[in-house]
Amino acid sequence: MKAIKHIIGKAIPMNMTDIDTDIIIPAQYLTSTSQTGYGEHAFARLRADKDFVLNQKKYKDAPILLTGSNFGCGSSREHAVWAIKELGIDAIIAPSFADIFTNNAKKNGLLLIEQPQEIIDKLMQKATDSQNDIEINIEEQTIVSGNTTLEFTLNEFFKHCLINGLDELDYLISHAEEINSFKTKQKRETLFIN
Amino acid sequence: MTKEEKTMKQNIIDKVWQSHIVKQNPGHPAILAIDFCLVHEVTSAQAFDTLRERNLPVFDTKSLLATVDHSIPTRKNRHEIFDEMAKAQVQKLRDNTKEFNMPFYDMDSQHQGIVHVVGPELGITQPGMTIVCGDSHTATHGAFGAIAFGIGTSTVGHVFASGCLLMNKPKTMKVEFNGQFQAGVSAKDAVMKLIATIGIGGANGHIIEYTGSAIDSMSMEARMTLCNMSIECGAVAGLIAPDETTYAYLKGKKYAPTDKWNDALNYWNSLKSDEGCDYDKLIAIDVNKLNPMVSWGTNPQQAIEINQNIPDNNDDMTTKALDYVKLSLNQPIKDTKLDWAFVGSCTNGRIEDMRVTATILKGKKIASHMTFYVVPGSEQVMAQAQKEGLIDIINASGAEFRMPGCSMCLGMNDDKVPPGSRCISSTNRNFVGRQGTGSMTHLASPATVAASAIAGKIVSPIAYFNEAGEIA
Repeated sequence: MKAIKHIIGKAIPMNMTDIDTDIIIPAQYLTSTSQTGYGEHAFARLRADKDFVLNQKKYKDAPILLTGSNFGCGSSREHAVWAIKELGIDAIIAPSFADIFTNNAKKNGLLLIEQPQEIIDKLMQKATDSQNDIEINIEEQTIVSGNTTLEFTLNEFFKHCLINGLDELDYLISHAEEINSFKTKQKRETLFIN
Repeated sequence: MTKEEKTMKQNIIDKVWQSHIVKQNPGHPAILAIDFCLVHEVTSAQAFDTLRERNLPVFDTKSLLATVDHSIPTRKNRHEIFDEMAKAQVQKLRDNTKEFNMPFYDMDSQHQGIVHVVGPELGITQPGMTIVCGDSHTATHGAFGAIAFGIGTSTVGHVFASGCLLMNKPKTMKVEFNGQFQAGVSAKDAVMKLIATIGIGGANGHIIEYTGSAIDSMSMEARMTLCNMSIECGAVAGLIAPDETTYAYLKGKKYAPTDKWNDALNYWNSLKSDEGCDYDKLIAIDVNKLNPMVSWGTNPQQAIEINQNIPDNNDDMTTKALDYVKLSLNQPIKDTKLDWAFVGSCTNGRIEDMRVTATILKGKKIASHMTFYVVPGSEQVMAQAQKEGLIDIINASGAEFRMPGCSMCLGMNDDKVPPGSRCISSTNRNFVGRQGTGSMTHLASPATVAASAIAGKIVSPIAYFNEAGEIA
């Protein structure tokens, strides 16, 4: 995974709540067995509307997405995260995120930042009105927008992985011995699959 | 009871979670042992790629089982897949399972079916286990007292390679369903009521334990329907403590214990929540007066009892949903004209669902303008339906009994609701375009779907049942 410390650029205001992963990437695009090629279909149903925010020139290549609560609910498809990353988005700021989406984002270096609704509202207003960049500093855990600096919380382990480009699988594999002895004991005592 | 005494007591979620922690380094997520991983064609190919890229073996092929369900047709000659990409995806799973020596139930096997139907009917799903799958409806297996949850493809790769995954402990929530259903109302209606009550993000970050008198009297099939939709209120998982009903279902199943049956029972009986234990959140729902539920909008929380009107909420979310489903504020949901009906999916594709559908359809004809697909969840469900004569009854009504698979639940195989058509469906999601671009979905129980297919419009199935709960 690529190490990320800073994310700088425009923010896309997608003012909707409960955006589900079927909307992010409809099921008809899931027959691919590749990890790429989903970006062009990201938000396909919403992009059919020419005025939709992702179709507006001023947000082209913007690396930050601003959106409503419970983003990424529904299906577990990681294709949703792959599609968003392929659009060039590295961070999403919202009041809350669905759990499986959050776990998938962590595996792909997609930063999810929770902020209260009133902060999101202000950031959306700014993103609509101005052409200014937002700067996210992951080490400092800050968002700088104009003369405002906001702080955000970040899971320590995920932060460590993100800024060093580390992978969870390496961490798991490094515990192979403990995993083996745990599983041997478990098979003897509490697992009954015949 | 003092606070200390109370915190000593554990609920079933804590017990199962703790028994699976391999290691918990400070400031790190837990390394959680995963006992079983179910695999299907859509969310596995890239996980196999990870194994190849890193030159890693599978940790334990005995804890894995693959089948095909999402991308396959449900026609009689389903072996011939016309969609080139779907065909390649199914072939990829065949090749991958062969290369990594993983058990695989293909279309010609007697155990093919939807992963969440196949696992339990083989007896793989057992109390106290941790079970994962690259599929958000994995909570289905919670019906047996397992912590079961959906994961993304990267995590599937982690489980393939290490038999574990990294996870922070979710919070716990107790949902009590008290009372007895009136005849014609079922587990599907109960879980839809829960989702409508707490919202689609209402249980985010939590694992739910379902308890209460309504649960005690539910069959395993009904419990699976209930746990299946836990994700629709955002829950990480949902489970029910094992009891005699669970054990009776498991006994004699292919992978259920035989020689160690009594050891297993001893362990499983220890998993119940301690009396007076704590949860982070509590909710109770009385099902005595619950009516059949129907969704009206574009997410599962937008649902009402069948005798109610669409809410008069003038908010943006409601307006957008109603615009999509071509309905209006304050309109009764009953009598809404339908084009399609569907019974099937991991939510309601089990033998009991086939039985209730056939019993309502028996000797009747579906409305002439309707198309009604009935799709069994597995080869085993289909074989049982055949044995009980259900398939002939269903076909005689004008409905079409098809081959096992996910079918019309998600619009990624040949079975799609056409654009602009309205479908009443025993599935789990009514998201925009879920059953096909431009399709409109009303979620309901199989009984409501069958009764509505006959009427050609949304109607309550209650008239079909007598007070004893039998079909009149």
